[in-house]
Amino acid sequence: MKGKSVKVDLKQVEEACKELYIRAVKLLPPDIKQGFARLDQAETDATGKAILGTLIKNIKVAEGTDNLLCQDTGIPIYNVTIGRNVEVDGYALKQAIARGCARATREHPLRSSVVHPVTRKNEHTSCGRAVPVINIDFSDTSDTLSIEMIPKGSGSENNSWLRMAVPADGIGAIKTFVIDCVLEAGGKTCPPTIVGVGVGGTADLCVHLSKVAATRPLGSHCEDPEGAKLETELSGVVNELGVGAQGLGGDSTAFAVHVETAATHITMNPVAVNMQCHSARRARATFTPQGVQYGF
Amino acid sequence: MMAHNDFKMPVTEQQVRALKVNDTVTLNGTLYGIRDATQIHMFDRGRKTRFDMRGHAVIHTAPNVKWAGETSATPAGYAPVCVGTTTSARMERFTRPLMSEYGVRIVIGKGGLFEASQKAFQELGGVYLAVIGGAAALETTWIEQIEDVDLDDLNPESLWKFRVKGFGPLLVAMDSHGGNLYAEVNAAARAKRASALAALGVKQ
Repeated sequence: MKGKSVKVDLKQVEEACKELYIRAVKLLPPDIKQGFARLDQAETDATGKAILGTLIKNIKVAEGTDNLLCQDTGIPIYNVTIGRNVEVDGYALKQAIARGCARATREHPLRSSVVHPVTRKNEHTSCGRAVPVINIDFSDTSDTLSIEMIPKGSGSENNSWLRMAVPADGIGAIKTFVIDCVLEAGGKTCPPTIVGVGVGGTADLCVHLSKVAATRPLGSHCEDPEGAKLETELSGVVNELGVGAQGLGGDSTAFAVHVETAATHITMNPVAVNMQCHSARRARATFTPQGVQYGF
Repeated sequence: MMAHNDFKMPVTEQQVRALKVNDTVTLNGTLYGIRDATQIHMFDRGRKTRFDMRGHAVIHTAPNVKWAGETSATPAGYAPVCVGTTTSARMERFTRPLMSEYGVRIVIGKGGLFEASQKAFQELGGVYLAVIGGAAALETTWIEQIEDVDLDDLNPESLWKFRVKGFGPLLVAMDSHGGNLYAEVNAAARAKRASALAALGVKQ
């Protein structure tokens, strides 16, 4: 709700964006840990069971040794949500985020996984043209600024697909596409994955939705009941394929299939798939007049 | 019958040819780390390494490292922070030249390789060992030291020489006899495509 405005301290944002990158690569969110426990309990394949056991052990080793869960520091993504009373210089905010991201890389240090797309030059800051990716949205919360950090690994990102299906292809084309992408990905995406599916929108919005879906917490559902229905149906079927953890067989191909939808054109039926690997890392900082709180 | 093997690197062709899919291997001694840019420079741009990789294993990696200066514990100046494994599929076309030009016997990665690598393993005597992707914190505990580094202008995609202890167990996923676990799993999964689509009510 609208009220007295609250100013954002950009020095605090820079510090938090540094801290968020480091937290994200080290601490797995509780919903993902629960996802592992659930898959481990249900796994019937011996190789799959052994792999899940190793992955669960890795989470404990990372926590115990204060180390990174995975070597891939990913492409850094910062999702910013601005409440109605928050007053901020948006341009300076973006600069503060990039500074925090570069500082995490240099000061921890973290591997900079970011290069120029043509020269392949690595600035060793995890930054470059339009990177970190910064998505900005607004919410109805009054005094709160929230920043979510996602280090998106390349194993999963390299397996991203868009199909501009047409209305005559129907919903069947969407379901078929998801199944075919999971088969095509095999072990390359580091399964078990979260399969993110974008349905509708424009081509770029559809791909963006698939990323939003892939990086949503486990246990969350699409707000559109039609999307939620698709999630339930597809989640039930992908683990019947037998791709399994690391593509080496078994029941643990995916933690879940997540779907996000947007309205589309009368002539269009787009579907996109983006996957999140089992190292489904996220970290969140919430800024209120009382200070910064870290979580997931 | 599945067998476990403790290898002190380097190994012979005979040792590698004795391996069959589903066997497990643990490595000790030297392990080389390579990546996309390393191999693009070695095989497309004519650069050479001073390392002798005959009979050795390479792992698809680009580690997180920390500059510590050249000390007895960090002879190349780098201390390992987090050493993990990347997706092998992107580097498929480099398996054969790694084996034929440098004598590499073992490729370690995640997600598997394809037909060209399978053929090279069969003809030249090599194997692919699956390490569990994304288990890098654990993998790092198997690294004793970064002994040396070459082509370091490509950092982090340099050619790394690690000293490892108890690196594994790793699963033999592709052997020199045509065995390929990924191909088996993939074929079985594709065979279930029709029933999956039927369960989703898709008319075929």
